[in-house]
Amino acid sequence: MNLTLRIWRQSGPQDKGRMVTYPVDDVSPDMSFLEMLDVLNERLILAGEEPVAFDHDCREGICGMCGLMINGDAHGPQRGTTACQLHMRQFKDGETIDIEPWRARAFPVIKDLVVNRSAFDKIIAAGGYITAPTGSAPEAHAAPVAKANADAAFESAACIGCGACVAACPNGSGMLFTAAKVTQLSLLPQGQPERYTRVIGMVDAHDEAGFGGCTNAGECTAVCPKGIPLNTIGRLNRDYLTATAKRGDTPGS
Amino acid sequence: MAVTGIMLVLFLVAHMLGNLKVFTGETSFDHYAHWLRDIGKPLLPGVWFLWILRTALVVAVIGHIWAATVLAVRARAARPVRYAHRKKVQGSYAARTMRWGGVIILLFVIYHILDLTTGTLNPVGDASNPYGNVVADFAPDRWYVTLFYTLAIVTVGFHLRHGLFSALRSLGQQTPRGERRARTAALVFAVVLCAGYLVVPFAVLTGLVS
Repeated sequence: MNLTLRIWRQSGPQDKGRMVTYPVDDVSPDMSFLEMLDVLNERLILAGEEPVAFDHDCREGICGMCGLMINGDAHGPQRGTTACQLHMRQFKDGETIDIEPWRARAFPVIKDLVVNRSAFDKIIAAGGYITAPTGSAPEAHAAPVAKANADAAFESAACIGCGACVAACPNGSGMLFTAAKVTQLSLLPQGQPERYTRVIGMVDAHDEAGFGGCTNAGECTAVCPKGIPLNTIGRLNRDYLTATAKRGDTPGS
Repeated sequence: MAVTGIMLVLFLVAHMLGNLKVFTGETSFDHYAHWLRDIGKPLLPGVWFLWILRTALVVAVIGHIWAATVLAVRARAARPVRYAHRKKVQGSYAARTMRWGGVIILLFVIYHILDLTTGTLNPVGDASNPYGNVVADFAPDRWYVTLFYTLAIVTVGFHLRHGLFSALRSLGQQTPRGERRARTAALVFAVVLCAGYLVVPFAVLTGLVS
């Protein structure tokens, strides 16, 4: 396959950045998208040029490091797939492919296609944890969990925090990520003690980080590589409404 | 957004049911229109109830626009650098057109009030004869008025198709099955409301109501 890539190049946070065109020849359809970028980078290095910086780690779709806007699709055209697991056979010979970083104020570009996603860490730090003692695993039957809740919590726990939801959202909102983390913990008995302080804290941290507000547009769930359902945002809303009504867990109330 | 939206949806239902009185004849329709000004009598003098209702609606509209503006401003600030290549809609078309749809609806409502409430832009504009105003408004040679009404009502339909689902979601609808139900309910409601509103101008256009 011969392809033309238009890639966002930005030498650092202060650089204005621009789209640069690179022809890439002899791409195997069995390569992953990131392997194709590796091939491009090897050729750039041999030619004495600066290679394209992009995030990657496990390359098996579970770490959440990779994240590219490919032809306007977060993680590319294939649903339920991260960019590292996307094969080049999804593209046509001779195609022009636009590759951009995630675009959000809360995700500033560090270099080329690499963005700083520490805003997600701030949301987690504001409540995405439990105070149950850790250490060795408890006996499985000690804390019964309804099957439906276990399944829904597991579905939400599949979130890898890649940021595709933010990238695709027309409002630049990180609500699907926040909702997945809230849902995962609020459906399980271990998450109950902080259930209502958690949702307030995480939504506040989300808003402070500069993400936009959710309008239930559903673009997030369409691109989510882990298929986090949109109704998790409803679970977050329900917890948020209950939390604002209760106020019992708020210090000083 | 959700609370003010639901207030306006309730008004839309009442307004549609009132419109359909046009099929019961001129006397009945005009009687209904005059009764609207008398609701609350003798507890409230004159047209007080109507003005209370109008105030509540204006507050709801302003609240709705204010909330939408806050969301739009936040959305703009949240993505300072735009995508060079932006995919079109993957989620819901109705959801992506809420903001411009809302602006179109606002312009329509202003025209609609000048047309059939104050009568300023109506060819008859006789406050004592609402039936005559409606019939003159959608006369076949004023097809462009009917066309504009149709476009505006379809825009309202799209607005409701996403808006109703989104309002239920904001107020805590949280299960996948409930989501399917809420989406279906919003679609059915939007279609029924559109049909209920459009049947009046088309009845006048085709001569069914004259």
